[in-house]
This record gives sequence, structure tokens and C-alpha cells, in this order.
Amino acid sequence: MRLAAVRRISIAAVLAAALVTVPAGAERLVASLSSHIVRITSNFNGVELVLFGTVENDQATAPHNGGYDIVATVSGPRQSLVTRRKERMFGIWVNAESRSFVEVPSYLQVLATRPFEDIADAETRRRQQIGIANTSLPQQIGPDLADVVPNDQFRQAFVRIRHDRGLYGETTNGVTFLTPTLYRASIFVPAEAKVGNYEVDVKLFADGAMIARTNSAFEIKTVGFESFIANAAVDYGLIYGLAAAMMAMMTGWFASIIFRRD
Amino acid sequence: MEIYLPIADLPVNVFLVLAMGLGVGFISGMFGIGGGFLMTPLLIFIGISPAVAVATVSTHIAASSFSGAIAYWRRRAVDLSLALMLLAGGFIGTVTGVWLFTALRRLGQLDITIGLSYVVLLGSVGTMMVVEGLRAMLRARQGKPVELRRPGSHTWIHGLPLKIRFKQSKIYVSAIPVCAIGFIMGFIGAIMGIGGGFLLVPMLIYFLRVPTNVVIGTSMVLTLVTMASATVLHAATNHLVDAVLALILMVGGVTGAQFGARAGQKMRSERLRLLLGVLVLAVGLRFAFDLIVSPDDLYTIRGVGDGR
Repeated sequence: MRLAAVRRISIAAVLAAALVTVPAGAERLVASLSSHIVRITSNFNGVELVLFGTVENDQATAPHNGGYDIVATVSGPRQSLVTRRKERMFGIWVNAESRSFVEVPSYLQVLATRPFEDIADAETRRRQQIGIANTSLPQQIGPDLADVVPNDQFRQAFVRIRHDRGLYGETTNGVTFLTPTLYRASIFVPAEAKVGNYEVDVKLFADGAMIARTNSAFEIKTVGFESFIANAAVDYGLIYGLAAAMMAMMTGWFASIIFRRD
Repeated sequence: MEIYLPIADLPVNVFLVLAMGLGVGFISGMFGIGGGFLMTPLLIFIGISPAVAVATVSTHIAASSFSGAIAYWRRRAVDLSLALMLLAGGFIGTVTGVWLFTALRRLGQLDITIGLSYVVLLGSVGTMMVVEGLRAMLRARQGKPVELRRPGSHTWIHGLPLKIRFKQSKIYVSAIPVCAIGFIMGFIGAIMGIGGGFLLVPMLIYFLRVPTNVVIGTSMVLTLVTMASATVLHAATNHLVDAVLALILMVGGVTGAQFGARAGQKMRSERLRLLLGVLVLAVGLRFAFDLIVSPDDLYTIRGVGDGR
């Protein structure tokens, strides 16, 4: 009986001590972006945005001895995509099997201060969706939607092709601490990126656990002529087509006047 | 200078595209063809999706065939009644072609269909043109008269019913093969993004015995209308016509065609035909190469709905 009581007290003491050293919400994460709107103009060739912020901790607690780790996940507007695999049939290569990825991020970049496995253990990484392997990329499998294992061939091919086009990626030295509490990261968005809303999810880790989280966002939008053309093509297909055909006739007619030789 | 293409959804170099327009325009002017069979593959090779390339080139060809048609119209080298009869078939062909194009795109088999069509059509037509061209050159070298048109020799086509007299072409022929040729041209134009002048002109000469002085003008009128309607239909159903890309191409194309036409006049016609045959065959072989050789990447990604 007494032994049990002592043990209970000691557990309480340990818990209390733990609460003192790692009080919930002691750190506050602040994040901002160098720009919240990116405009696509005729010479758009991709853009680099800067994510920056600080780790604020209340005066009562000392900063973590082990230092902080940041993982920032930037995800673009969602899009459904089909991945197809070619197979040789009768001597030529044709699209055979295909998989639909439903409402997956069109852009996904994960930036971190260190390799993910040094920041947190596998279980924590899975729970917090750290890294592309732990991000859900649901596929249409029969009538159901399900994410498959990270080493599924179609999933790997999907991630690899998106990576080659600069749309998906992981940069494990992408976030740097300028001072023990001030961090900075560069986000590169290629010209191919879709227009829409981009979410930036920033997570703060210390001693293998997530202790704070914040988010920010930016929007990519087309402006002016390009936006007008792209919208008109989709919203007023018939009128757009008639206008394009008229434009062709006008150009042909002008050419016949300019180059007339009789 | 990079410019962002709103429908193709990627940046391209304006001068590269302009140069492509000029180059293809030069060749098209030289041979009196639209040049779609060269332009569509070129656009695919610089990274534009086959679907957008096919749809956009139809706009480009509408422009170049219109300026050509005006020139032939002024010289009264267009058989309007024959053109209208071809168009009746051509329009149905275009509608059918765009419908099949949309269906194949949904199934993910559009790119392979475009590739195979190029191999089969350009491969066979190119081979025939090269053989014919070589034979004509040999004959010319041996001093024998060049025998192109055999008047009076009737084929089974002349036995078909529903005969119509086309005054300007001085031919009396059934409406069935005329509509059929129109249909074929409209159909392959919509699927492959080619005006098909290199195919239509020989067909009109060999099957319908249309005289050479009106054949090019008449074929240009057909090309103009099928390609203009393909533009409208592709834009209305698939939203794939990139007006910015089309404009750059057509400005280069119509300019290049003027210089090409001048260069073409200086060359002997049988040599010109042989050269065109070699070009057609080369494009066909290039597509065959892509289909047979193992691709760098077995996997491709396409968007659902937007098709790019």
C-alpha cells in the first residue's frame, strides 16, 4: 500500500516536472510570406517567395537546448489527375493501365531544417503528415477512394513526374534558422503551377515532438490578357472559337493585301 | 523572349515559335500546301500537348489557306460548285472527327491515335510520292514525255450514279466520290491537325480528273472551311484552341509562305513533288520511331477535365 502511494506520488512529480519543462503552448510560431498574391503575366517564368517568421516563447521558460526544427508544407490547389502506364502492344507503345488520383495537391513542396528522420520518429511523421510519403494522395480504386502504400508503382511514378516538373519536392535543408528563433525559407513555384490558392502549413518541432503550428497562404492568379483568354476559352467556348476563326481570316486577308503582287 | 501561352499552359520562346511559323510557311508556300502535317508535329516536339497542337494548328491553317484562297480566287482558279460539293462532305467529316477526338481523349488513347494516323497516312502517302517523283525524274532524264493525266481513261468512279457537271473544271462526275473525298479530308483534318492539301490535290487529280489550273485553288477553299469549322468545334467542345499560339504561328506562316512561293516557282515541278514526298515520309518515320522505341518514361500524367 505505502509503496504504491509512493509510486503514485513520484509519477505525479514526474508529470508535474514534465509540465514545467515542456508547458503546452509555451512556444508560439509566427509565419509570414514575402508576398501573398502572385500575378501571372505574359512573361511569367515561375516565382520565388520567402517564408519567414520567429519562434516566440514566453519569458518564464528557457529556449530548448536541442534547438527547434521547422517543417513547412506548401500545397497548391487540388486537382484530379490520371496517371497512365504505357505497354508494348503489337510492337508499339500504347497507354494501358491507368489510375486516377482524386483531388490531390497540384503542387506539394515540403521544406525542413533537417532530414525528416532526424526531426521526429516514423510514427510522429506519419501522424503529422511530414514529407510526401506521409501525405495522402487518394486514388480511385473501384468505387472507393484510398491512399496506397508509398512504394506503389503508380504513386511513385506520379510523385517522380511531378518532381521532375518542379511541382512536388522535399528540401530537407530548405529552412534555415538565422538566429536561434528566427527562421527563413525559399519557396519556388514554377511557371507550370496551377492558378489558385496555395496553403503554407508550418510546424515547429522540438525533441521529436510537434509543439506549435501555424499557417499562411498565397494566391497565384492570372491577370490581364492571359487571364481573359484562358477564361474566355472555357466560359464562352463557341464565341471564343468563332473569334479565333475570324482572327485567322483577318490575318489571311491582311497577308493577301500586304503581299499582293498584281 | 518568353511568353506564357494561356491554353497550352506553358511558357514558350516567341522567336522560336515565330521561326517555326516562318519555316513551315516557307515550305507550305513552296509546295502550295497548308503545312499542318509539319506544324502539328513540331508543336508536339516542343512540348505542347498533342490535343492543343492539333486544335491550334487548325486555326493557323485556316489563316494560311484563306490568304491562298483569295489569291486563287482573284485569278478565277477556284471551282466554286465543286468546292461546295466537297464541303458538304467536309463539314460532316469535321463534326465526326471532332466527336471521335473528344471520345478518344476521354479514353486516354488520343495521343497514340494521332501518332498512328501520322505513321500510316504520311508513311504510305510519302512513299507513293517518292516513288512517283523518282519515276517522273527518271522519265524526264530519259527524254520521255511526262505523262500525268490520261484523259478519256475512265475508272469505276465514273460509273457511279448521281452525276453532276462541274462547268469550271469541265468534269462530269458522280456526287458520291466528291462528298466522300470531302468527308475524308474533314475527318482527318480534325483528328490530325492537318489541312491535307498534300493529299487532297492528288486525290482530286487522280480520282476526279480535276484540271491542274483549278485544283489548288479549290482545295484551298475546302481546307479553309474545314479548318475554320474545326477551330470553332475544337474551341466549343474541348477548349483547346490557344489563340495566342495560333496568332504567332499564323503571322510567321503567312509571311514565310510568300517567300516560299517565290522559291517554289524557280524549281522544276517533279523535283518539287519528290522533295515534298521525302518531307512527308520523314515526318511519318519520325512518328513511327517514337511509337517503336521504348519511351524514356512509361508513365504520363494528364489532368481530368482540362486535358492538359
